[in-house]
Amino acid sequence: MQYALLIYETAERFANRTLDKGDAYIGAWRAYHRMLVEAGVYVGGQPLRGTSTATVVRVEDGRRHVQDGPYAETKEQLGGFVILELPSLDAALDWAARCPAASYGAVEVRPVAAEIHDVVTM
Amino acid sequence: MDDARRAVEAVARDSYGRLVAYLSSHTRDVAAAEDALGDALLAALDTWPREGAPRAPEAWLLKAARNRFLDWKRHDRVKTASVDTIRLVAESRAGEPADRQFPDERLKLLFVCAHPAIDPAVHTPLMLQTVLGITAARMASAFLVPAATMSQRLVRAKTKILDAGIPFEVPDDRDLAPRLDAVLEAIYAAFGLGWDDGGGELAEEAIWLGRVLVEKRRNDPEARGLLALMLHGHARRAARRSPDGRYVPLSEQYPALWSRETIAEAEAELAAASSQRRPGRFQLEAAIQSAHAARARGGSVDWRAIALFYDHLVRLSPTVGARVGRAAALAEVEGPVAALARLDEIGDVSASQPYWAVRAHLLAQAGRAAEARLAYDQAIALATDPAVKRFLSDRRG
Repeated sequence: MQYALLIYETAERFANRTLDKGDAYIGAWRAYHRMLVEAGVYVGGQPLRGTSTATVVRVEDGRRHVQDGPYAETKEQLGGFVILELPSLDAALDWAARCPAASYGAVEVRPVAAEIHDVVTM
Repeated sequence: MDDARRAVEAVARDSYGRLVAYLSSHTRDVAAAEDALGDALLAALDTWPREGAPRAPEAWLLKAARNRFLDWKRHDRVKTASVDTIRLVAESRAGEPADRQFPDERLKLLFVCAHPAIDPAVHTPLMLQTVLGITAARMASAFLVPAATMSQRLVRAKTKILDAGIPFEVPDDRDLAPRLDAVLEAIYAAFGLGWDDGGGELAEEAIWLGRVLVEKRRNDPEARGLLALMLHGHARRAARRSPDGRYVPLSEQYPALWSRETIAEAEAELAAASSQRRPGRFQLEAAIQSAHAARARGGSVDWRAIALFYDHLVRLSPTVGARVGRAAALAEVEGPVAALARLDEIGDVSASQPYWAVRAHLLAQAGRAAEARLAYDQAIALATDPAVKRFLSDRRG
């Protein structure tokens, strides 16, 4: 089954993002990604820009409401996600624990609702 | 008719947890396993009186529950699509696999229920319901929450087991320790519920689970300590009531009525546990019971040792129960006044029946009769066992 690891990071961690491959955090992510691919469990994933770039859209009575900011203001912000193919929650928890963000922010593990995906896409 | 009904009840009692564990270990769907088994039991109540109880009632139930599961699968009522479900279905189609002995998966189910991804407040009730078939209503009173709340929590937990993909396996050493504590707690809670019923089937089931755990974890001193503790309690079941059904407190029990064999087994478990020199809550509680068991060998109870064990226990887990036990032991060594002072140090005791029972007894010993009567009233009001109520009323005078 597939699991999404939702990566929550602190504002400070967002502020210190860098493209420098020599940076320790980036280095840890590069190693983590390589491990996921080598283990054959990596399905996909993307980092997200910070919540200051977020925009929320709602349609009420046919009218579009657009609002600046993330859906929910929290201390730690959703910074990205990884989708993994794994046999069980325990395996997902193990990979979440190895995720570099787990030591700085938090990683939420959510099973993918495959049956809904099937209904929607087939 | 009555024979068949009794046969259904007997197999339900003996096999409920085994069947739920086996079905859910294949499907991860605990709720569906319980429902399927419930339907199978209803079918048995309908069929067996007409056609006679089958020779292998457990296999009959497993087959009926599987068929029910298959029906649901066909009608998409069951969400799981795991390989294991398909295997369960295939096994069922292959003929008569149900006649084979099926493996006991109860320990796996216990560890699933104790998974850290499950709300800790529901660990014990979930284990008691799925493995021992105790109803939400009965647990609600034991865990002091409304029955509807208890049901909701249990449903949510079972949904999470299925949807989050919690694996049905005994965890490896690294993950085992924190979950083992929850499993030990649940087994002891089951023993306690059985104890309230007079030490019947539930207590025996709990001991059985304790034995299975010890078999798997021979080097875990707390698992062995828990088994020793339960065995010491169980050894006294014949002495806990007088022939006319009155409650007999431990100090007045007739040791000849205690089971020597069970005490010996308890002592062996405790010795094996202590040899590892890693003390814990259950080993200390077992040691306290072992000190009481000295009377079975014609010895006297070493209250100083018991007070010392309670000191350790309070340091390890300062529950109201442990602190009340320590005060009661202290009363035997230093008298009621010192013990009452210890009781006064305990905080919120409004709901603790043992606190008020011990307090009443100590006040009476100290000659404070009027206060003793008030404490007895409180203890009587909090007691749930009618025999205990009557015992306390007699003492109150």
